[in-house]
Amino acid sequence: MMATVTLGAPPAPAAPEEHRSVSSWFAERGPVQMIAAIGGVLALWLALFGVLHGRFTLALAPADTKPLHVWLSDLQTTVGEGRNTNPLFTYFFNPIRSVVDAFGTAIADLIAHPVDGRPVPYIGWLGVVVLLTFVAWVLGNWKVGLLTLCGLLFMGLQGLWQDSMETLALTMAAVAISLLIGIPLGIWAGISDGFNRVITPVLDFMQILPSFVYLAPLTLAFLIGPAAAIIATVIYAAPPVIRLTAHGIRSVPAESREAVESLGATRRQELFGALLPMAKRTIVLGINQTIMAALSMVTIAALIAAPGLGQVVVQALSTQDVGTAFNAGLAIVIMAIILDRTTTAASERVETQQRKSAGPSKYRRPGIVIGAVVTAFAIWLSYTYQLVAIFPSSLQIGSVHLGLDVGSPIISAANAVTKWVQDVFAPVTNGIKDVVTAAALDPLQSLLASSPWWLAFAAITAIAAIIGGRWSALITAVCLGLIAWPLQLWQATMETLAAVLVATVVVVVLGVVVGIWMGRSTTTDKIVRPFLDAAQTMPSFVYLVPFLALFSASRFTGIVAAIVYAAPVSIKIMADGIRGVSPETVEAARSVGSNTWQVISKVQLPMAVRSLTLATNQGLIYVLSMVVVAGLVGGGALGYLVVAGFAQTSLFGKGLAAGLAIVLLGTILDRTTAAASKRIGRASE
Amino acid sequence: MKRIAIAAVALALLISGCNATKVSDLQARGELKPGAKPCGTFNLAINSWVGYEANAAVITYLAENVLGCFVKQRHIAEQVSWQGMSTGQVDAILENWGHDDLRQQYIENMGVAQSAGSTGVKGQIGWYVPPWMVEQYPDITDWRNLNKYADLFKTSESGGKGQLLDGDPAYVTNDDALVTNLGLNYKVVQGGSETALISSIRQAQQERKPLLAYFYSPQWLLSEVPMVKIKLPPYTDGCDADPAKIACDYPDYDLDKIVSTKFAESGSPAYTLVKNFQWTGEDQNSVARSIAMDGMSDDEAAKKFIDAHPQLVAKWLAGTGAQNAA
Repeated sequence: MMATVTLGAPPAPAAPEEHRSVSSWFAERGPVQMIAAIGGVLALWLALFGVLHGRFTLALAPADTKPLHVWLSDLQTTVGEGRNTNPLFTYFFNPIRSVVDAFGTAIADLIAHPVDGRPVPYIGWLGVVVLLTFVAWVLGNWKVGLLTLCGLLFMGLQGLWQDSMETLALTMAAVAISLLIGIPLGIWAGISDGFNRVITPVLDFMQILPSFVYLAPLTLAFLIGPAAAIIATVIYAAPPVIRLTAHGIRSVPAESREAVESLGATRRQELFGALLPMAKRTIVLGINQTIMAALSMVTIAALIAAPGLGQVVVQALSTQDVGTAFNAGLAIVIMAIILDRTTTAASERVETQQRKSAGPSKYRRPGIVIGAVVTAFAIWLSYTYQLVAIFPSSLQIGSVHLGLDVGSPIISAANAVTKWVQDVFAPVTNGIKDVVTAAALDPLQSLLASSPWWLAFAAITAIAAIIGGRWSALITAVCLGLIAWPLQLWQATMETLAAVLVATVVVVVLGVVVGIWMGRSTTTDKIVRPFLDAAQTMPSFVYLVPFLALFSASRFTGIVAAIVYAAPVSIKIMADGIRGVSPETVEAARSVGSNTWQVISKVQLPMAVRSLTLATNQGLIYVLSMVVVAGLVGGGALGYLVVAGFAQTSLFGKGLAAGLAIVLLGTILDRTTAAASKRIGRASE
Repeated sequence: MKRIAIAAVALALLISGCNATKVSDLQARGELKPGAKPCGTFNLAINSWVGYEANAAVITYLAENVLGCFVKQRHIAEQVSWQGMSTGQVDAILENWGHDDLRQQYIENMGVAQSAGSTGVKGQIGWYVPPWMVEQYPDITDWRNLNKYADLFKTSESGGKGQLLDGDPAYVTNDDALVTNLGLNYKVVQGGSETALISSIRQAQQERKPLLAYFYSPQWLLSEVPMVKIKLPPYTDGCDADPAKIACDYPDYDLDKIVSTKFAESGSPAYTLVKNFQWTGEDQNSVARSIAMDGMSDDEAAKKFIDAHPQLVAKWLAGTGAQNAA
């Protein structure tokens, strides 16, 4: 893709530095040679495939197991049976559970659960609304304060106040624990190269391992309840803040560090006086990412009895009630937008404060005092009076009856739209599915999964070597080897790989097209971005039912779900990359008479080639995280095996092995594309 | 800021003036009836299908409103529900489909759970086709004719053969072995979830698309789309002994209730209620329909059924120490 784009670009006269960078990239290993080499590998692969296909494919039926799978299942059973006498539980898991449980329950008592014989929590809706609006204003600005106010009231009007608060409480508990563990670990990884090398693969593992794999073991270790749900969320949500804290500290310029050291500061002074303040903005960004990750676990955690919005979504789906699921999904999206914008505003405030040494406006301090008093008063009111404790479904003011329900209209509208879309488009979309499956997915899958395993192994490793270099080839060979043995899930992994590649191609194409469109026009960006945010935070369970109607239970349905989730990331990265091209360069190109198409294809895209590789890399990782969801809608292969492992005790081991195979596949794809990205980056410098 | 403060004070006056209901005036639910044995907390596992929800709705309604229990519903997957028996977090499972491996582990090996008898509902697993197909191809319901129609069932997923769609991996299936041993030109495609099955079935009937699917009764969807079961070679005792050689239909499952041993020995009236609880497939379907198709809440659906069946309910409550039924 990216090679063909730059290939057709003759040196742009107005961008001499671009000309040089492209030519130096050509010099290192030109795209022509690269494509030729990959083409050669593919040709040889196809020729041998013609003769050898169907042999040595290491096929394994979904219900069949290998000794390792059985051993892992037995291990889980044995651990479960010895639970009450095992010292690991008595001295390790149980104390952790008690602490986490107590913490989670305390927060939920405060804002979500009925408590103390009261039918409501300590703080009713008015108290929560005023408190959070106040906090958003203090941390961010009045705009996010207003957003918080409106967003929270809207959740109440949706009829989802208590569920939203359950979700908020669980998210807050998980985020707090993630930060408590994550920031110190991140600082350590920022200071120590050795620890950084150790923790990075662990973080990769935590993020790529599908959470379905560890749900059942977690309830075994921490019982059903808040602790297991919070810990499941922490496993997925802690990595971003660790990574970004480390990254923030590492990006402090060496000169600044040396300057502080030359003043004779101790390591402690250096850390708290220089490194942390300078990395503050990146750390806040990490907190933002952690919050978003925690919210994306809401529906998964519902499978182990976590209360809240996820529960509403999952239960609505058992009766195929898309409207109700959408209503709850919308509340999750709103919560995500509030938390995202507030933390972003907070990080901007941090930045402006750093730049201007002058204090904030003179009205701020008295404002905070008044705000705090009002908040305390609102909390007292909501503790005492029913009307401001339980969100009312209607108001009676004198003789005027005011309905306060937007949930029902949203539910019926969503149901009507879903029905209409299904009725009108299902014939067309099923046709699209058949064409794409026959033209792209089937041939690719057959090449990968019906080749003898050693042939596919050699070919994939060779392609990794061409794209990413020697190191990528080695990593690929090791990971593929582990998949073949001891995991013994070769064919299923190849089937998954085929679907992942098809999805990623679409994601990257969308990333380029929509990304350029957004990058070139601020208005488009403003209009499209909220939809991207919604696509990323709306739980995929909500749109699975209409997708099933549109595309039947098939591999393609899984691919579409993955595209919806992964495309926004690629689009955002590309849009940022295009916007990063300096306006002078674009102006210069235009002044020599280039038309729009020439500006895009000869100036903006080649200069954003680094973003393109990053968009590909992130697109792949996001697509991979949807493999399990694909398994729920007919995607089969590794995703199905993970789901089956959660459902059947006897398949637990195989599900765990499939989860590990997904991690290995992710490592191959991530390392290879990251290496390619680095190479291109080096070449274009 | 001042304006906000004034608004808050005004709001406070409004609230205390117009609607001065205090939180402390509100009553919590679940009061004990005089004469009844104390029930305490009753931990109920809720699995995700609607038939189960119907059982749970009725039991929960009676336990809360008649026995004065505090019912804690836990929405969890089946495997996790059994796990909860050993940790004391789940007292009862109200509709168990087989699960021989879990029975072995938790009942035989660990002794933490036991069966509390049948729910009275017979579970049936099999292969189903939508009703429009039976009208058009009347002989399709015999497995011997399936090969004749295999072409109809081809999809993008079935690799040139007919597609047999399977659903949630939690359910028992011998379909791979059946297809092989009956010499059928079909491929089993994993839908992966009950949602995938239900969507496909609805679509198949609505758009008259061919579909052969693994399905089961009782299931609320069957009252919306009356799927027709394919006749496979009849089940005989022991015909499913060797999983690889199965060539016969699925047996009827006696859906039963599982309780934790601790709960069974506690003498809780809720245990007696669970043990007595028995109804028919039609009863369950009527409650499930109220929930899934009429959009009633669990409580409303349960109350409607209970009000209409006083004698049955009295039987369930016998020996619980409840003064009067419902």
